[in-house]
Amino acid sequence: MKRRTFNKLLSAGLLAGAAPSIIGRAVAADPLGIGYVYVGPVEDFGWTHAHDVARKAVEAELGDQVKTTFVESVKEGPDAERVIAELASKGNKLIYTTSFGYMNPTLKVAKRFPDVKFEHATGYKRDANVSTYNIRFYEGRYVQGVIAGHLSKSGIVGYIGSVPIPEVVMGMNAFILGMRTVNPKARMKIVWVNAWYDPGKEGDSAKALIDQGADVIAQHTDSGAPLQVCQQRNVVGFGQASDMITLAPKAQLTASVDHWAPYYIQRAKDVIAGTWQSMDTWGGFKSGMLVMAPYANMPDDVAKAGKAAEAGISDGKIVIFQGPIKDQSGADKVPAGTALDDGAIAGMNWLAEGIEGQIPS
Amino acid sequence: MGRRLHRPGGVMLLRLEPRGQRSRLWSYASPLLALALTVVTSAVIFTVLGKDPLESLYVFLVSPLASATGLPELFVKAAPLILIGVGLSLGFRANVWNIGAEGQYTLGAIFAGGLALRFPEAPSVLLLPAMMLLGVIGGMVWAAVPAYLRTRWNANEILTSLMLTYVAQLLLIYLVTGPWRDPEGYGFPQTALFSASATPPILVAGTRVHLGVLVAFLVAIVGWIVLTRSVIGFQLRVLGQAPRAARFAGFSQDKLIWLSLMAGGGLAGLAGMFEVSGTVNQLTPQISPGYGFTAIIVAFLGRLHPIGVIFGGLILALSYLGGEAAQIDLGMPNAVTGIFQGVLLFFLLACDVLILYRLRAPKPVAGGA
Amino acid sequence: MDQAIIVSFILSVMTASTPLLLAATGELMTEKSGVLNLGVEGMMLVGAIVGFATAVHTGSALLGALLAVLAGMAMALIFAVLTLTFLANQVATGLALTIFGTGLSALVGSSYVGTAVEAMPKLRVPGLSDIPIIGPIVFGQDALVYISLVAVFGAAWFLRRSHRGLVLRAVGDSHDAAHAIGYPVILIRYLATLFGGAMCGLAGAYMSLAYSTSWAENMTAGRGWIALALVVFATWRPIWLLVGAYLFGSIMYGSLAIQAAGALYFFGQKIVVPSQLVSALPYLATILVLVAISRDRAKIRLNAPACLGRPFHAAG
Repeated sequence: MKRRTFNKLLSAGLLAGAAPSIIGRAVAADPLGIGYVYVGPVEDFGWTHAHDVARKAVEAELGDQVKTTFVESVKEGPDAERVIAELASKGNKLIYTTSFGYMNPTLKVAKRFPDVKFEHATGYKRDANVSTYNIRFYEGRYVQGVIAGHLSKSGIVGYIGSVPIPEVVMGMNAFILGMRTVNPKARMKIVWVNAWYDPGKEGDSAKALIDQGADVIAQHTDSGAPLQVCQQRNVVGFGQASDMITLAPKAQLTASVDHWAPYYIQRAKDVIAGTWQSMDTWGGFKSGMLVMAPYANMPDDVAKAGKAAEAGISDGKIVIFQGPIKDQSGADKVPAGTALDDGAIAGMNWLAEGIEGQIPS
Repeated sequence: MGRRLHRPGGVMLLRLEPRGQRSRLWSYASPLLALALTVVTSAVIFTVLGKDPLESLYVFLVSPLASATGLPELFVKAAPLILIGVGLSLGFRANVWNIGAEGQYTLGAIFAGGLALRFPEAPSVLLLPAMMLLGVIGGMVWAAVPAYLRTRWNANEILTSLMLTYVAQLLLIYLVTGPWRDPEGYGFPQTALFSASATPPILVAGTRVHLGVLVAFLVAIVGWIVLTRSVIGFQLRVLGQAPRAARFAGFSQDKLIWLSLMAGGGLAGLAGMFEVSGTVNQLTPQISPGYGFTAIIVAFLGRLHPIGVIFGGLILALSYLGGEAAQIDLGMPNAVTGIFQGVLLFFLLACDVLILYRLRAPKPVAGGA
Repeated sequence: MDQAIIVSFILSVMTASTPLLLAATGELMTEKSGVLNLGVEGMMLVGAIVGFATAVHTGSALLGALLAVLAGMAMALIFAVLTLTFLANQVATGLALTIFGTGLSALVGSSYVGTAVEAMPKLRVPGLSDIPIIGPIVFGQDALVYISLVAVFGAAWFLRRSHRGLVLRAVGDSHDAAHAIGYPVILIRYLATLFGGAMCGLAGAYMSLAYSTSWAENMTAGRGWIALALVVFATWRPIWLLVGAYLFGSIMYGSLAIQAAGALYFFGQKIVVPSQLVSALPYLATILVLVAISRDRAKIRLNAPACLGRPFHAAG
C-alpha cells in the first residue's frame, strides 16, 4: 500500500531526481570509505564527542583520500549488527565500532565482509579483519591522583563510578595509588551511578561525596554535571573524556582527554597502503592517545608535579601497578618487586587500599 | 465562577460528525492521507534543516526497501514489534492496558537465556522449543503480577505493569553483572554467548531472517483467526466496544483480563526469547531498544487488528532503517529520526478519526453546547 | 551526621524531588480531567532545552522558565489537538509525543552542549536565610521550588474547594454526565492538558537551569516516567503527590548518599544491599501503595478519574 503511493510519486517525477544521486554516491568508492558507529550523540561532550573529533582529524589529515560517515546513538543490542552491516554494504572499507557492546555484532559482520577492516574499541575479541584498540585511561587517573594528593586538604577524594567493569575499577585503583604517593593517608569514597550518563544522578553523587568530606571529585561518567556541582560548592574536580573547562572554568583542574586521532589517522593510512593488520592497541601518554587538558586552578608546583607524573609514565620510569600494592583488606595483592601485566590489569576486579566502598556484584 | 466555562463552541475549528458506521473507503484512505501529510510536513522540516526535501524523503522512506539487505532487515526489525503488538492489541481491545510489555519481553529473554546458558550442549530440536516455551512462560509470569493485582486487588494495570518494567531491567542487570556473568568476559556485564544449538535457524541464507520472523507473521495470522472466528475473540471485541453489554451477557471480566495479559505477556516473552537468541546471542543489559513501548504504538497503528499490526510494525521498522540511512547518506543527525517518526505517528493516529467521523465546517454557534 | 550534612541532604533531596513534583502536579490535573498524557518525558525535554537556550541568549533564568512553560504548552497542544479534537488514542499519542520531543530537543540542543549558564537565583532574605537549618531550607530556595509547593497546594485547594475544580473532576469522572449538564468537556480537557504541559515544561526548565546548569541530550533520564507513576502512587491526591515526590527524591538521592558514606549501618550492623535492589525500591513501593489503596474499591473510585484515557465526542 505504502510502496504503491511512492511509486506513484516517483512516476510523477517528484522524487525521480533524488534517486540517481544517491545510488551514484554509494557506488563511487575511489576515496577510502570510513564508517564510525557511535553509541551516543556526537554532541555528548564526552565519549562519543572525542571519537568524532578524531574522525574530523582524519578528514583534515587525509583530505580527498578518505570519505567518512558516522551513525550516532546506535543502541547496543539487536540494532548494532544491522548498522555495522549497512555501513559495510555501502562501500566503507574501514569501520570503527566505538563501544564495548558492539563487540559480538562487529565480529559477526566481519565474517560476512572479509574484505572490510573493522576496529572495535575497548573489546577483547579479534579476528583476521578485526582489530581492537583502547586507551590506557588509568594513566590519566594516576596523574589526577597525584594532583589531588597535593590539593586535597581533607585527604578524601570522591569518585563517581559508572558501571562496575575493570576499566572503571583500574581507574579508581590508579587514582588512589597516585594520590598516596603524595599523601599516604589519602582515602577515596566512591558512588556507583549504575549508568554512563544521567546528569541529575551524577551531580547528586558529587553532592553526596562532597558532604562526606571529599574536596576533590573525579568521575568515570560522561556528563559535566559533577564538575558543575564542584564549581557551585567551591571544590575542584577532573573532566572526563573531553575537556570540560567551559562548563566549570573555576573547578576543572584538568581532564583526561581521549585523543583517538593519531590512531585513527595511522590505521587509515595503513588501509590505503595495504599494510593494515589485525592487532591489539592499548595506547597511553606515550602514543599520544591520552592527553591531559591544560592544567588550571592549581598552583605551579602542583602543575609541575602533575607534568612530572605524565612524563614519568610516558618514559616508563613510573609503573603504576608496581608492587607492593595492598587491596582493601590489607592483603598483599601485588608483591614488591613485581608489576601487573596487561592481562591482569585488563581483568582487574579488586579495589586497592584506601578505597572505601565495594564493587557491586 | 463556573459560568464562564459554560460558553459553548470555542476550541474546535472543524466539527466532527459521526458516520454511524465505519467508512470502508477511509479505513484504506486514511493511512494514505497521513502519509501524504507526513511527506509534506517533513519536506518542510527537511528544507528548514537545509537538506534537499525530495532526496531526504527518498532516503527515509524508499532507500531501505531498495537495497538488497534492506528488506530482510526490515522484517528482522519488525518481527519483535509485530509479536508484541499482536498480543497487546488483543488486550487493548478489551480495555486492558498492558504498558509493561518491555518488562515481559525482558523476563522472556531471561527465562529462555537462562535455559540456553544452562544446557548449551542440548540438541537444538529440544533446546529451541524449550526456550520458546520458557520465553512465553517468563513473559506470562511477569504479566501475571498485574493480572493478579488487577483482578484480586483492583490495582490499575497501566501502572503496575509499567513499574515492573523497571524492576525487570534491574533484575537483568543484576543477573548479567552478578551470578550469570561470563567468567571469561573480563568482568563486563554480559553472559557467555549462546551455543549454536540455542540459536534459531536462519531462514534465508545470507540474511539475518531467523525463525522468529516467520513465527511473528504466523502469530499475527493466528491472532486474526482467534479474534474473528472464536468465542473468546468475540468476547474481547464486545468487552472493548460495550463493556456494559458484555457484563449483561455474562462474560467474566476477570477471565478476559487474565487472558489479555497472558496473551500480551506470553508473546512479549516470546519476542524477548527470539531477540536474544536470534540477533544478540547473549544476555546483556541492552537487549531491547524499547521494543515493548514501540509495540504499543504499533498496536494502535494497526488499529488493534492483528493483520494491521503487521503493517504497523513494518512502518515503524522502516522509519528506524530510514533514519539510519539518512545519517549514512545525508549526514542527518539522529534526532531527525525522532522528529520524523513523531510527525508520521501523529498523522497516522489523527487521520484514523476519518473512519468513524466526517469533517464538517463549523455550524454557526447558536447557544447551547 | 553533623548539621551541615543534614541541611545539605535535605537540600539535595528537595532538588531531586522538585522536577518530579512539578511534572506530576501537571499530569495529575490533566488526568483528573480524564486525559492520560504519557508524553511527560518529551514535554520535559522540550521545556529543558527551550528554557536553557533562552537563558543562554538572554541571561535570564526566569525568562527561560517562562518560555519553557510556553514550550511545554505547545507540546501539550499537539497532544490535545490529536486526542481531543481528532480522537486519537491517548496512550499511543503520548508515546509518540515523547519520541517527537526527545528528537526535537536533541536537534535544537546540539549547539548548546558544553555551554553553562548561571544557576537559577536563590532567594535571600537577610536574617531569615541565615537561621541555622531552617534558613537555607525554607528561605534559601530558587523560585521553582516555591512554585512547585504553591502549585501542589493550589491544586489540592482547586480540586477540593473550588467550583471549577468540581467541574474538572466531573469531566474526568463522567464526561457524558458533565456534557449533559452543559459543561464544555472538550474545552476543559484542553485547558487541563495545557496546564499539564506548562508544568512539565517548568519541570524541564528546572532540570537544565537549577538541577544541573547545562543542556545534554535526554537529560531527564526517565524522570517523566517516574512523575507518571507518582500520580498513581498518590492516587490522584495532590498532597500525597508531595509525599510521594519527596519519598522518591529521598530514595534516589539517599541510595547515592549511602554509598558515599561507605555503608548503611542498622543498630551497629553493617547492611549490604544490592544496588539494583535499592534502585528497584521506588517501583516496588509504588506497586504496594497502589495495591493497598486500590483494594478499597470505594476509596479508589473517590479519587481515580473514571474516564481516564477514554475519548469523548459529543453527539450532535
